[in-house]
Amino acid sequence: MTTRPIRPASDRLAPLVEGGFRIHAGLVYAFLFLPILVVVVFSFNGTTRYVTEWAGFSLVWYQRALADQTVQNALRNSLVIAFANAILATAFGTMAALALQRVPRRLRIAFDALTFVSIIIPEIVIALASLVLFSAARDWVNPWLLFLAGPGGHPPRVALGTWSVVAAHVLFNLSLVLLIVRARLAGMDRTLVDASYDLYASPWRTFRQVTLPQLLPAVVAGFLLSFTFSFDDYVITSFVSGSTETLPLFVFGQIHQGITPLTNAIAAVMLLVTITILVLGQFMLSRQSRASGERGSTPLGILEG
Amino acid sequence: MLLLLPLAIVVVYSFGVRGTDGGYTAALVLDNYNRLFARADPFILSLEIAVAGTVLCLLVGFPLAYFLATRAGRWKTLLLVLLVIPFWTSFLIRTIAWLIILGPDGLDGFLTNLLGQDVAILGSPWAILLGIVYNYLPLMIFPLYVTLERLDPTLLEASKDLGAGRWATFRQITLPISAPGLITGSILVFIPLMGEYVIPSILGLGKIFLIGNVLQLDFLGSRNWPAGSAKAVVLIVIMLISVTFYVWTTTRGRGGREVSVL
Repeated sequence: MTTRPIRPASDRLAPLVEGGFRIHAGLVYAFLFLPILVVVVFSFNGTTRYVTEWAGFSLVWYQRALADQTVQNALRNSLVIAFANAILATAFGTMAALALQRVPRRLRIAFDALTFVSIIIPEIVIALASLVLFSAARDWVNPWLLFLAGPGGHPPRVALGTWSVVAAHVLFNLSLVLLIVRARLAGMDRTLVDASYDLYASPWRTFRQVTLPQLLPAVVAGFLLSFTFSFDDYVITSFVSGSTETLPLFVFGQIHQGITPLTNAIAAVMLLVTITILVLGQFMLSRQSRASGERGSTPLGILEG
Repeated sequence: MLLLLPLAIVVVYSFGVRGTDGGYTAALVLDNYNRLFARADPFILSLEIAVAGTVLCLLVGFPLAYFLATRAGRWKTLLLVLLVIPFWTSFLIRTIAWLIILGPDGLDGFLTNLLGQDVAILGSPWAILLGIVYNYLPLMIFPLYVTLERLDPTLLEASKDLGAGRWATFRQITLPISAPGLITGSILVFIPLMGEYVIPSILGLGKIFLIGNVLQLDFLGSRNWPAGSAKAVVLIVIMLISVTFYVWTTTRGRGGREVSVL
């Protein structure tokens, strides 16, 4: 799109309006990034207690955060959950996207509608529905385990924890991966698959050598976005985590005792992790759209799917 | 299916009664719904805040989306990426940051000193609205940007040539053309806002109760699941009604043009 002036020079208000647009844009971007900057800057504060009392540059809070047993534990849980969620959501989401290509049109539209709904519905509704579902499942499974173990046996008990968080995150992220991969599938050249079959390739070989390489950027982007979602999620996790603690839960708990530079240090590390992953994902997506030469919706790709 | 099953269980639970140590006991009573209408305050407050938040996002987001679509030139991609980055980083952390900025050592303290009387933005609905605009703005800007980018500049020139002023051109050309993006953006902001509970619990300092906070208390605090389920069902119904009504009123008279969400 060109940026030629829409208003002729005779318009006296024009410079004012143009300037207004620029100032507004500048203010909005400052508004968006100021808080992030505040967190990062104050995480380097060498103060002993007060967050906003500047006492020189220091890494002391990072050291303390890394040495803290609770933080280590929460970090480990967060990483395990995020990785497991990303792997499962990407696998199931991609499979679902491939399967949806083959179902009748009507069914597909119904599925698409459901996918959209599950993405925009308030997270808290998904969170409480998952909690209710998992509890019902637990109450149903545990007596069976007890029964199967026989009298005097010590059966494994199913409880809310790391794996229920993973399951709930996968349910949510599956839709996200599904959307991203489907967008890629829609832009894919069907004739390549036909050509592959004509050349006597087996379905598996076609998938491996034709479909998968083309889908790869979308799959990787889906993986990375699922990872960041899960790593940062508070709402769903807080409902279904049982007694398992993750980094966001830890940070939220800290608020009640007042924010310390320790909180800021953890927050800064979390920001670093997500931003790194996002930049990676953005890179994959922009390569994808450049390769296929689609209408350039690169930065929106993440949101639009 | 995976989505519908849990929701079905929630509907069933909403007719039950609370177990002795929390949770759920099967029953078929309307108590949970009856009690709910007596205490409808959080619902009304949530609706008010969701509407106000959506309007604010629109007012702040529209000029920026317009700027990005028509004036940003070669900076466009960079500026869009800069919008995406905060959007995908931790909601929680970005909200906590406002706690520092607004807090007694930040804006509130500064204003208190300046005016010589107590100023407390933190803990008021204004802080919540600020957090909302901050977190939800990109959701409004993206759909608007997509529709505005397709705006044909020659239409604006034609309007000008025909003697229309700035305001008339905006009302008769720009606004109708951006309507689909406007509707999509409003829905994307409004629906999640109705269930928002992280922002009110952090920036409201626990003083302001929206539906999300009430749900959280019912499920994790007092463990009264049937009461919580009833509220969740009502919340979903309110959302469905308001969105249907909104889409219906905004698309009426335009040949029922299809609105696609996202």
